[in-house]
Amino acid sequence: MATLLEEGIDQRSHGTLAWLASRQTFWVFVAAVIAIVLLSVGTDTFATQKNLFNVTRNFAFVGIIALGMTAVIITGGIDLSVGSIVCLVGMVLGVVMNTGFSIWAGLGAAFLTATAAGAVNGALIAYVGMPPFVVTLGMLAIARSLAMVASNNRMVYNFGPDQIKLLGLGGGSVFGVANPVIALVLLALLTGYLLRWTQWGRHVFAIGGNEQAATLAGIHVRRIKVGVYIFSAITAGISAVLEVGWLGAVTTNLGQSMELAVIAAAVIGGANLSGGIGTAFGAVIGAALIEVIRNSLLLLGVDAFWQGTFVGSFIVLAVMFDKLKVALAK
Amino acid sequence: MSILDLNEISKNFGAIQALNNVSMTIGRGEVVGLMGDNGAGKSTLMRIIAGNFAPTHGTIAIDGRPTVFHRPVEARKAGVEIVYQDLALCDNLTAAANVFLGRELRIGFGPFHILDYGAMYRRAGDLFRELKSETRPRDLVGRMSGGQRQAIAIARTRLSDAKIVLMDEPTAAISVRQVAEVLGLVRELRERGLAVVLVSHRMPDVFSVADRIVVLRRGRKVADKPIADSSPEEVTGLITGAIERV
Repeated sequence: MATLLEEGIDQRSHGTLAWLASRQTFWVFVAAVIAIVLLSVGTDTFATQKNLFNVTRNFAFVGIIALGMTAVIITGGIDLSVGSIVCLVGMVLGVVMNTGFSIWAGLGAAFLTATAAGAVNGALIAYVGMPPFVVTLGMLAIARSLAMVASNNRMVYNFGPDQIKLLGLGGGSVFGVANPVIALVLLALLTGYLLRWTQWGRHVFAIGGNEQAATLAGIHVRRIKVGVYIFSAITAGISAVLEVGWLGAVTTNLGQSMELAVIAAAVIGGANLSGGIGTAFGAVIGAALIEVIRNSLLLLGVDAFWQGTFVGSFIVLAVMFDKLKVALAK
Repeated sequence: MSILDLNEISKNFGAIQALNNVSMTIGRGEVVGLMGDNGAGKSTLMRIIAGNFAPTHGTIAIDGRPTVFHRPVEARKAGVEIVYQDLALCDNLTAAANVFLGRELRIGFGPFHILDYGAMYRRAGDLFRELKSETRPRDLVGRMSGGQRQAIAIARTRLSDAKIVLMDEPTAAISVRQVAEVLGLVRELRERGLAVVLVSHRMPDVFSVADRIVVLRRGRKVADKPIADSSPEEVTGLITGAIERV
């Protein structure tokens, strides 16, 4: 019986079912679906429009950044600074609009800030050759501190003449679907397309698989690395703009520790920290699963402090799946 | 008419003199075996021809035209293809993706291009069939045997209109049957008028397929003669230093 199972999983025929069954992302997706079904049937509060609206919007903020993080992880890097970049971009947006400028000026400033942070990360990592962990750890501290400086360590809740537009952007919805969710879906489609169908995406995977081989093949490794860190920072910026619009305020602890949730989402979704593996769909599913766990614990009346235990266990379980599969095959 | 001219090539890395005044010409349809002990300078010379770095002194001419390579891609465009000793493959990509690494086939127009998976799978499949390899284009390289990986690295060299193919230890880690196939391929490249430089430790392989033998010792060329005028014993002596030069 075990031999048949191994053969089923390891079979190198291009049968879709065999291929699916060997993927971590597939099983995480199954787990999420099962959880959703159980919750919909078991509680009368999960499947309500209001709750689903909240759940999807909550995980959208993490999911958007998880897309950028997945691209970085595929190249074999990591970006610890996303949470702080969310805070910095949020503060820049708040201060610019508070001063009286239009929402377009605010968005422009936000975009430039995110791009600058990502470019600094990328340049230090790709051109100076420093380890991503160290560089983004430094940026984590620097970005948050700059956010405090920009806002004089005060909350911003007055966004000037275009306040209503900003609140509508983050807090609004289209046909009952929250704007952040729409942004997540669009970004997920874009990221998936870039990773699978463009030469750039192929090169991102190559860099993660064997950077030296990529360089020898003529791939512009350094440029692409800077690109993924800018991409990661921009997704953080997009999430920041939407979250600030939804909250209606920029607090000094915006995005605090968000990098952990984002990395967890990417890893649960199948991105391999040693590089070369990851998908856009996985990033979304990973973020969704974490949020479904959180929401289900809440609805089931479990003490909120248990959430960390469950989420942490799922990270370990999801990644252990890969190891179990290899061990079973022996 | 010589296809590759190396004129007094020297290379030093700081205080280490890796190559010292090495000159060599290779003609069309010629297979040159490049031998020498570890540290003799074979890989350095190959990397210079392949464009990884420039020599400290000396010039290279391809088809009579002097050229300077700053990056491997420039050498490739000039018609130099190389199979590296470690094959330079990405384990997380398919065989076809590795063959087309850096030169992916795309379809589209203007600024909108997408990868042409179908064309890449088909062409890679054709190349593997030509090499009589069982490698399948859609399989991930990470799960392949040494022979299949070697086939991918060699298939790469068939993508463009190469003039010169450099092979760094191509038979080192493969099965006996595969060795025969690789050597057969080298002969076929010669039939087509390409020049092949074969770096190898394996005397029988070199003597079975090369037209000429060049021996390096401590960065200098100590022999450059037709293989028919030499013997494994003489070459061994040249490599170790028992024979000074010929």
